[in-house]
Amino acid sequence: MIKQLTLSALTALGLSATAALAAGEGGHIHDVDFSFEGPFGKYDQMQLQRGLQIYTEVCSSCHGMKFVPIRTLADEGGPALPEEQVRAYASQLFVADEASNMHLFDYDEGAARPLTSNDHFPANNSQNAPDLSLMAKARAGFHGPAGTGINQFLKGIGGPEYIVAILTGYTGEEKVEAGTTYYENTAFSTGWIAMAPPLYGEDVEFADGHSNELHHEAEDIAAFLMWAAEPKMMARKKAGFVAVTFLVLLTSLLYLTNKKLWAPHKGKKTTL
Amino acid sequence: MSGIPHDHYEPKTGIEKAINSRLPVIGLVYDTLMIPTPKNLNWMWIWGIVLAFCLGLQIVTGIVLVMHYTPHVDLAFASVEHIMRDVNGGHMLRYLHANGASLFFLAVYLHIFRGLYYGSYKAPREITWIIGMIIYLLMMATGFMGYVLPWGQMSFWGATVITGLFGAIPFIGEPIQTWLLGGPAVDNATLNRFFSLHYLLPFVIAALVIVHIWAFHNTGNNNPTGVEVRRTSKEEAKKDTLPFWPYFVIKDLFALGVVLVVFFAVVGFMPNYLGHPDNYLEANPLSTPAHIVPEWYFLPFYAILRAFTADVWAVQAVSFLTGGIVDAKFFGVLAMFGAIIAMALVPWLDTSSVRSGKYRPMFKWWFWLLAVDFVVLMWVGAMPTDGIYPYISLIGATYWFAYFFVILPLLGVIEKPAPLPASIEEDFASHYPDAAE
Repeated sequence: MIKQLTLSALTALGLSATAALAAGEGGHIHDVDFSFEGPFGKYDQMQLQRGLQIYTEVCSSCHGMKFVPIRTLADEGGPALPEEQVRAYASQLFVADEASNMHLFDYDEGAARPLTSNDHFPANNSQNAPDLSLMAKARAGFHGPAGTGINQFLKGIGGPEYIVAILTGYTGEEKVEAGTTYYENTAFSTGWIAMAPPLYGEDVEFADGHSNELHHEAEDIAAFLMWAAEPKMMARKKAGFVAVTFLVLLTSLLYLTNKKLWAPHKGKKTTL
Repeated sequence: MSGIPHDHYEPKTGIEKAINSRLPVIGLVYDTLMIPTPKNLNWMWIWGIVLAFCLGLQIVTGIVLVMHYTPHVDLAFASVEHIMRDVNGGHMLRYLHANGASLFFLAVYLHIFRGLYYGSYKAPREITWIIGMIIYLLMMATGFMGYVLPWGQMSFWGATVITGLFGAIPFIGEPIQTWLLGGPAVDNATLNRFFSLHYLLPFVIAALVIVHIWAFHNTGNNNPTGVEVRRTSKEEAKKDTLPFWPYFVIKDLFALGVVLVVFFAVVGFMPNYLGHPDNYLEANPLSTPAHIVPEWYFLPFYAILRAFTADVWAVQAVSFLTGGIVDAKFFGVLAMFGAIIAMALVPWLDTSSVRSGKYRPMFKWWFWLLAVDFVVLMWVGAMPTDGIYPYISLIGATYWFAYFFVILPLLGVIEKPAPLPASIEEDFASHYPDAAE
């Protein structure tokens, strides 16, 4: 608890800006047609891999992802990288914030040991940036109307859409307040965000030759963060589909049983 | 055990006689399952089975979740993520448990409103009703403490706000709050005791459910007409009833199947719809969320709590008369608990001689207004406390109390009820004219 409080105190400045963000209120957020939406939606494996590349090359210099085990990059229903590739990826991951990853500290070497695929992604509090493990579920893009929840029902809660809106919402205006630079952002609740624009377009070169325009990059990283927050989504939907199918079957049989059972008492003829 | 005359279990084989003379368990099961049940029960009589299913689901998923959960402020949030990512089927277990709570409350509200409409609370079923209300209170306590366990932002701040209610009690409030929390603020001691109680209370609920069922097995079920089963002879009773097995077991299972299709669609396809995004942020005592909103099933009473601000003249009057002891905050707390107590007192507040709302032409309107009021309060409970919303809360809260303490007692005196059917048999036959027994 003491540790938590100390960390919280250190990040108080950053958090005062994110406290309002936590409510997920902001400017207008466009619905993005992600491949993983709807009961039959699936993650686009190539998109998750592109998102991983953006996370590794851009986001991870300030943000951590401490709840996500690296090995899950090989999981089906995720980026599904080959295991050797995941091991190689882990071994060359850079720990930007050693103080937040003391469990990786090697006392003989006097530095963080190389990561293995059994480790989690490193935590990173070096820039007071929030952890991204659950960001796609911790924000809401859609509300209402008038507190009825209809928009969330139709479009989803909109965490990934919110991330896209933030990443593409910079106007280019800046201001300095109490020594901190704020950047104008149309999607952010207060209109001014402490995070400098992380993506401008053409920030990364994708191996699959996919466009690296800003809105493509923003959608790719948003999809990757949705996977990071909800890695079992495809297994869950499959389980839901199986459960609903069998329950419909069972319920139909119970309906017929019930009908036949009651028919003599209701004076109805039954064809069964 | 039932007050309605019916055939009791008679052991036939030697082994049955041997067991039953030593422990009459077969007879107990037989009499419980074969209870004569009014044959005119409609589809609002299925929520009891749904509730029994929910209790079982929550206990089973909960016990497995506990095997992987760590009740410590530094580890709780991470252990929930461990369940979501590493435990086989853990994500399904957790989503079943979280959404199971929502189904539990949806079912209990429909069950309660069924009772309010058909007068199920009236003599001789007052004890069934009171036990039901105690179960409902324990459900709220259990649900609230369970929501604290993932140790997200809403867990922490919800716990802070709700335990703060006890701090509003004059003179002894603060010591009570400290005693509840196990310290000056929500911390590890709070998390641990909530975990302990969250595990204990469902078993208390299970015991009370048995008493609840026992009580109405003695009085017999109410039914949509509110007319009692005839008990003068076994033959007459048989004309009004059918045995629970198989008629109502199959009917209830069918209804449960329909409910579960919707439930599993929610769990499978939109499991976070009823949750709050803020609870995917780890608890942070230094960062207060912009809006602290309880789970949807607490919203009507949360709205009543917030309705009575210091601007309301009734609050000012009470504050003046009590010399400031009952301030706006304590008034709100009293109103919130009072709103639930009003429901518990309804057997003695309703003065009508007619049980079922079906035959009460004036009551019907007031009842449906109460149902609308409940939904409006639920909606306004999630809204901010500025603009028009406080007025809507106040009107909604006022109607809630007016219904129980003014309208119900008066209606019994001024209302002229419609004629009742002579028997359940007659009511049933009017629905199914082809039936000939």
